[in-house]
Amino acid sequence: MTKSPRLPRVYSLASKSDLPYTLAGNPRLDTWIQFLPGDRVEIRSGKVELGQGIATAIAQIAADELDLDLSRIAMLPTDTSVSPDEGSTTGSRSIQEGGMAMRQACARIRAIFLASASRQMGVDIVSLSVEDGVIRSASSNETLSYWELAASVDLTVSAEDVTATPKQIAALTRVGQSVPRTDLTPKLSHGGFIQDIDLPGMLHGRVVRPPSFRATLLSIDSAAVAASPGIRAVVHNGNFIGVVAEREEQAIVAMQALRESCQWSEIDDLPDMADLKHFLRHADADVEVLRGDEGPSRAAEHSVEAAYSRPFIAHASLAPSCALAWWREDRLDIWSHSQAIFALRDEIADVLEMQHDKVTLRHAPGAGCYGHNGSDDAALDAALLAEAVKGSPVRLQWMRDDEFGWEPFGPAMLVEIKGGVQASGDVAVWDQHIWGNRHIARPGRLESPALLAAWHMDKGYAEPAAVDMPLSMGGGGQRNAVPYYDFTGVSVVNHALNEMPLRTSALRALGAHLNIFAIESFMDELATAAGLDPVEFRLRQLQDQRSRAVIEAVADMSGWGTPPAGEGRGKGIAFARYKNVSTFAAVVAEVEVAETVKVLKVHAAVDCGRLINPDGALNQCEGGIVQAVSWTLKEQVTFDRRTITSRGWDTYPILRFSEVPEVEVKLIDRPDEEPLGVGEGMTGPTSAAIGNAIFNAMGLRVRDLPFTSENITRAME
Amino acid sequence: MQKFNLTVNGAPREVEAGKNNALLYVLRNELGMKGVRYGCGIGECGACSVILDGERIFSCDTPIWAAEGKSIVTIEGMAEGDRLHPLQEAFLREQAAQCGYCINGIMVTAKALLDKTPEATDEQILEALDRNLCRCGAHVRIIRAIRSAAEAMRSEART
Ligand code: FES
Ligand code: FES
Repeated sequence: MTKSPRLPRVYSLASKSDLPYTLAGNPRLDTWIQFLPGDRVEIRSGKVELGQGIATAIAQIAADELDLDLSRIAMLPTDTSVSPDEGSTTGSRSIQEGGMAMRQACARIRAIFLASASRQMGVDIVSLSVEDGVIRSASSNETLSYWELAASVDLTVSAEDVTATPKQIAALTRVGQSVPRTDLTPKLSHGGFIQDIDLPGMLHGRVVRPPSFRATLLSIDSAAVAASPGIRAVVHNGNFIGVVAEREEQAIVAMQALRESCQWSEIDDLPDMADLKHFLRHADADVEVLRGDEGPSRAAEHSVEAAYSRPFIAHASLAPSCALAWWREDRLDIWSHSQAIFALRDEIADVLEMQHDKVTLRHAPGAGCYGHNGSDDAALDAALLAEAVKGSPVRLQWMRDDEFGWEPFGPAMLVEIKGGVQASGDVAVWDQHIWGNRHIARPGRLESPALLAAWHMDKGYAEPAAVDMPLSMGGGGQRNAVPYYDFTGVSVVNHALNEMPLRTSALRALGAHLNIFAIESFMDELATAAGLDPVEFRLRQLQDQRSRAVIEAVADMSGWGTPPAGEGRGKGIAFARYKNVSTFAAVVAEVEVAETVKVLKVHAAVDCGRLINPDGALNQCEGGIVQAVSWTLKEQVTFDRRTITSRGWDTYPILRFSEVPEVEVKLIDRPDEEPLGVGEGMTGPTSAAIGNAIFNAMGLRVRDLPFTSENITRAME
Repeated sequence: MQKFNLTVNGAPREVEAGKNNALLYVLRNELGMKGVRYGCGIGECGACSVILDGERIFSCDTPIWAAEGKSIVTIEGMAEGDRLHPLQEAFLREQAAQCGYCINGIMVTAKALLDKTPEATDEQILEALDRNLCRCGAHVRIIRAIRSAAEAMRSEART
């Protein structure tokens, strides 16, 4: 049995129409677009900019449908008081959902303007064309602009009541172009991040987190701190402790002093990090069969059995989480870099026992998050601190160790596969089990608030267990658990753990990362057992043309046939279709193994359907690959039986400049296919290609991530 | 609290701060230099990099007293009027960023290097950047942008 998550509101709207569902959920057209004085247009999207370039891609889509110059478009940061509620910005779904909703909304708005212009000019609508917001009649040569018409058109109508067909793909001129990101210039010269917002009379907050997950406060002595210069409030509510000061330095010093003054009662309830696989295999779990092929079993010539694992992985955003909150009378304004702006607004209002519409949440960009980091938690922290100094805005920032210690981690996982190949080289049996915590613990998805401070407050909400979505909606641990290959005789069983000693939630690709690592490593093991080339072996089990095309392309660009020159070098390949329904990616990694593993080169061929912004997609692929190299070689959250011990960059090392491989990505454009997200699809194939390259270099199969010298040595034993 | 005098991006500034306050917070909050970023506060990530008397330093672990009377360059001081610094131009041209949070520290670090070593080799660039972290994996483009900026700066110097 899978625990059933609460579905986001926009999902549950059963639409009668064919509208993209976020448009069906927010049908009023003026929710999406406003025509501003000065011949400008404000685009309101519910999808937020996370450094992935989504704001630019959506602007391109709108510009094309409306026939507008990109320079006229201003993207409004998502704001719960005016923007469409498009659920969360997750799972590489922003273009599929937010982009396509914007496209349909803009097509309708254009149609409304054309109808109005044709009435006013008294000409046939087919004689009208639009260029940069100016509608011209071919018959009379008369012109009227969107802005001249704006007062006389009604955009409050529902998208359901207007029919319009978006442009043919071939007619798009901005979509498909590598347009420079609109958000980068300010970020690269002065401010632009949430951390940089300066409100009048702004105060600074810090929180004092407990020393371990389930610590409870025995005593605190805040008198000295409260009396220190610049201190405006010490907040103490159950296990939630924080301080507000005039200067940021004062808040930090006060936070440290408060921490010193606290006595806690702690328990040792974390699993043994040295034997995580034991914990994963034996913890209480719900078991679900994801695939169980019927039919007679076929005899295998060569049989293989292997287990693969990864540790808990941190998002480790470069900037610790930050939020601003400002109480004015009975209203609360919050700025957050959350990926789930509306759900977060609702949850904070619930915790504070306020009406939802008394709270306004605005998105402001944070550093890259790659999933669910501390952003949502920081928003409630800021609201609680600001409540103590009503009338003054408070900027709350987590310290580095708050982020490493308290962000939800990507779950540790274990995958075990038994399989066999026939003499012909066809896979005959595939029997797979996966274990791990569930992957999603975002606001809006759970039975109790998903916010750290809510569990620590006197009121004491229970920490909710994470959930997985049904596989049809992307899954969680089950994502990519079922092999995408053509062979039958497949059985895949999921064991979703019911104990959650470490806080876990969504990290880029969810379960797809380890599932693909396991499947693609195992495919290599089978190929070796059958004495077949890994590329040949994969192609043999794949009829699908788009899959074959990425594999063939990457083999070609990486010179697959030629073994790498040099001592200790090897090449490995891996393939996956992300979520089994999204982006196709094939990766070849070249490594050099000495005392440590160095990844020298990564080639990737990627098919993500129609390209909206090719350079933006390339950038996402490159980033996904480099981050996956970092996970693969170096990353693991460390802990003792009581608390997290990887609390800085020295204890949680990531890839450095000197360790970054050359990366070359080829995008296969499919103008007639739906555009697909690329952010997450690189992780699994990259890890597996590196593992396979190590095998190619030294004949050693390393099955536990990360590939540190410790794990490599263990694999030799 | 006491008064300190520093030159920031060419302009003399007087600030009030506690003697051991980190230069980072003084630059950001007292002088409004928000492009200087907090990443770790303990000298491990490079996001807070600024140039102090020609040397790249981490402003998060530099106390304000150590900057007294000295000259500081931050990201805000790299452009000349409306004209972005060649490094900024190159980073935008190459779209060498994802979230962009690490980039200012990286551009400042690269400027300190290129000011002294205009002909910096790839190896020198990598070495200079080894204490700057980028979590988004924008490294490949970052290196490309620095190479391209170095080239632009050299040809500008020749003319
Ligand atoms: S913030 Fe200074 S090195 Fe990280
Ligand atoms: S671009 Fe995001 S940390 Fe470097």
